[in-house]
Amino acid sequence: MPEENQIAGQETVKAWEPRILGILCNWCSYAGADLAGSARLSYPANVRIVRVPCSGRVDPSFVLRGFMRGFDGVLISGCHPGDCHYAKGNYYARRRLTVLKKYLVKMGIPEERFQFQWVSASEGGRWAESVSEMTERLRGLGPFQGVALQDKPAPHREAAAV
Amino acid sequence: MARVGVFVCWCGSNIAKTVDVERVAKEAASIPGVVFSTDYKYMCSEPGQNLVKDAILEHKLDRIVVASCSPRLHEPTFQRCIADAGLNPFMSEMANIREHCSWVHHDKEEASAKALDLIKMAVAKVRKDEPLFQNPIPITKRALVVGGGVAGIQAALDIADAGYPVTLVERTPSIGGRMAQYDKTFPTLDCAACILTPKMVDCASHPNITILTHAEVEEVSGFVGNFTVKIRKRARSVDMEKCTGCGICYSKCPVKVPSEFDEGLGERRAIYVPFPQAVPNVPVIDREHCRLHNDLKCGVCAKVCPTGAIDYEQEDEIIEEQFGAIVAATGFKTWDRAKIGEYGAGKIPDVISALQFERLMNASGPTEGKIVRPSDHTPPKTVVFVACVGSRDQNHGHKYCSKVCCMYTAKHALLLKEKMPDAEAYVFYMDIRANGKGYEEFVRRAIEEYGANYIRGRVSRMYQLGDKVVVKGADTLAGKPVEIRADLVVLATAMEPQEDARDMGRVLGISTDQDEWMSEAHPKLKPVEVLTAGVYLAGACQYAKDIPDTVAQASGAASKVTGLFSKTELLSEPMIAHVSQGDCAACGLCVSVCPFGAIELETITDPVTKAERLAAKINEGLCHGCGTCVAGCRGSCIDLRGFSSTQVLAEIDALAFSI
Repeated sequence: MPEENQIAGQETVKAWEPRILGILCNWCSYAGADLAGSARLSYPANVRIVRVPCSGRVDPSFVLRGFMRGFDGVLISGCHPGDCHYAKGNYYARRRLTVLKKYLVKMGIPEERFQFQWVSASEGGRWAESVSEMTERLRGLGPFQGVALQDKPAPHREAAAV
Repeated sequence: MARVGVFVCWCGSNIAKTVDVERVAKEAASIPGVVFSTDYKYMCSEPGQNLVKDAILEHKLDRIVVASCSPRLHEPTFQRCIADAGLNPFMSEMANIREHCSWVHHDKEEASAKALDLIKMAVAKVRKDEPLFQNPIPITKRALVVGGGVAGIQAALDIADAGYPVTLVERTPSIGGRMAQYDKTFPTLDCAACILTPKMVDCASHPNITILTHAEVEEVSGFVGNFTVKIRKRARSVDMEKCTGCGICYSKCPVKVPSEFDEGLGERRAIYVPFPQAVPNVPVIDREHCRLHNDLKCGVCAKVCPTGAIDYEQEDEIIEEQFGAIVAATGFKTWDRAKIGEYGAGKIPDVISALQFERLMNASGPTEGKIVRPSDHTPPKTVVFVACVGSRDQNHGHKYCSKVCCMYTAKHALLLKEKMPDAEAYVFYMDIRANGKGYEEFVRRAIEEYGANYIRGRVSRMYQLGDKVVVKGADTLAGKPVEIRADLVVLATAMEPQEDARDMGRVLGISTDQDEWMSEAHPKLKPVEVLTAGVYLAGACQYAKDIPDTVAQASGAASKVTGLFSKTELLSEPMIAHVSQGDCAACGLCVSVCPFGAIELETITDPVTKAERLAAKINEGLCHGCGTCVAGCRGSCIDLRGFSSTQVLAEIDALAFSI
């Protein structure tokens, strides 16, 4: 249960809770999250899961769209290396998302808000833990404030215009 | 305009206990696009499914969202259900409000809010759903078996017995493989030839089996049910139609070459059959050693051949054929003992490989079954067997256990003692791994009844001293060094993948692991399948195996093939990638990332400029729908049916600032 804050003169409002977008591969991590359910494990209700066939399907733009739409964190989860249902989709995901992570930092999105992990179909516990940990971490970080956009064009554009 | 129906399931109390199902169903009705929303105790039950079907007809729904359990459980159920009501089965989505919601959360408010969110996401996605179709794919009901060892023979016979034609391709001049070289087989001591050669003959005489020996698979294209295979039939220099197998040619051939079949212990001629029971019993000319092919005077074989079957000018033949399924049974090789310096680097004549010892013991071997030293042809009095030569030995590149050496080493010791009771047999071993039916009993027999001396420990080095081989090792149980002056040393060298396993795997669509064994699709649940549909594994090409395991896997592969062939047609995977060729710049990134080789660049006529150019093309039979190409496409001109970028983004957008 989230804490409740009493604000003077107003009705009871719930404490702020982080919002997590989870994008999970169908064969390992989605099944792992299913297993967390079958095993009746418990984790915070802060994550919303999108199912994709493979972590290799995750276009970095999905992650960016999540942040654009106000999610406080994005969690991508796929099969362990060597376990990909499609042999090597997760390897491509690993490369793409590693690069993306660097860009997120440059864009002003703290890397703690983005997580890429492996969860197998038998790791319900690991899934539950990872959501709990990420929720806790985001609670500490506070709401995602978005990326400060600058009106000024980028320096190289200015140079090109001259 | 999409007309979405939402069906929220109670799952008894499984969902209803933590999710306010009725309220969620009511609120779902106001999600854009939803024209009907309801809840029911058990949506997957027959009345539940009827409720869905009735609502589709009554409210003219064109797509539905079922909020219940995981789609991994009941997606097919509801796909069939709406297909019954006349909708395309793929116009449905599921919101997983049980495994991902009611079962993992306890607060009813939170769980209800999350359930509604999950439904919003599913509605957003279903609104972008498009009908998907599974196209029927015809099946060529003919199987290709690559490799003519016992695995290939068994698979070919099983498939052929089920009534389907089989082509068995073997690289060497005869089928039979490694097993044909063995003397007796553990633990029953059946003679290998006695149980194998009848199967070889069955293959040759089976009306459904075509044997192509001295031939190799060069190229495979296509997909499950429809492979096109190019096979190179190398020039035999002997007309198979005319040859009667009389053998006069090789009895007169003047060139002598060490015999591969006898592991270099015997000799063959330049025109030869590898062994007397060869199938087919047609000689082949080894052009590397043939005098005539080396511009020397000869032509003896052609002169003596009573049927005029010798054809020195014969050329390789490329056969192109269609197959529906492929069984890879390409086998193994043994590690070269020349690579192990501490054991004499292959230079000590009386240090031989286990396979050579098999040939020495074999009644049809170079010594007609007499065990003698290669150096002076005298019978040995002291024989040392060394197990794990290169196996379980990271220093020599094999971390793995070769699995069969413990057993055949016990067999060798036992047979030695049987043939020569006065000889001493010493076996150096690390652990005895005798885990098969009757195996442990067999090893105990070798030790207890036949008196083989088992020494637990490794051999550090061996060297020639006079006419003896000095073997220095350790007895780790007694804790002391051991030195044996042996007459003959037999090394149980590691089993290895074939030299070209990786290339062969690439041709056949099979990936290889870190040791270059061919990889199965799943180590436990898909032991004969590989990641390419329609291709199966049999025998030691996958990993070191003994004969029973090999035969079992071969029959397993054969039953997979016959199962495939028992269908009248295949249905294509509906959720696959497709290319908008007009936008494609033919950068080829998709081609290189596709795990299945399903994408190639084809020449198209540009829709605008009418000029010819390249564009990516998905082979629908090979695409598995992983979407790796979609995320990789620089121009966003590939998309995945069922998981399109529009659909995924719609799901994300559905929750904008809503939680």
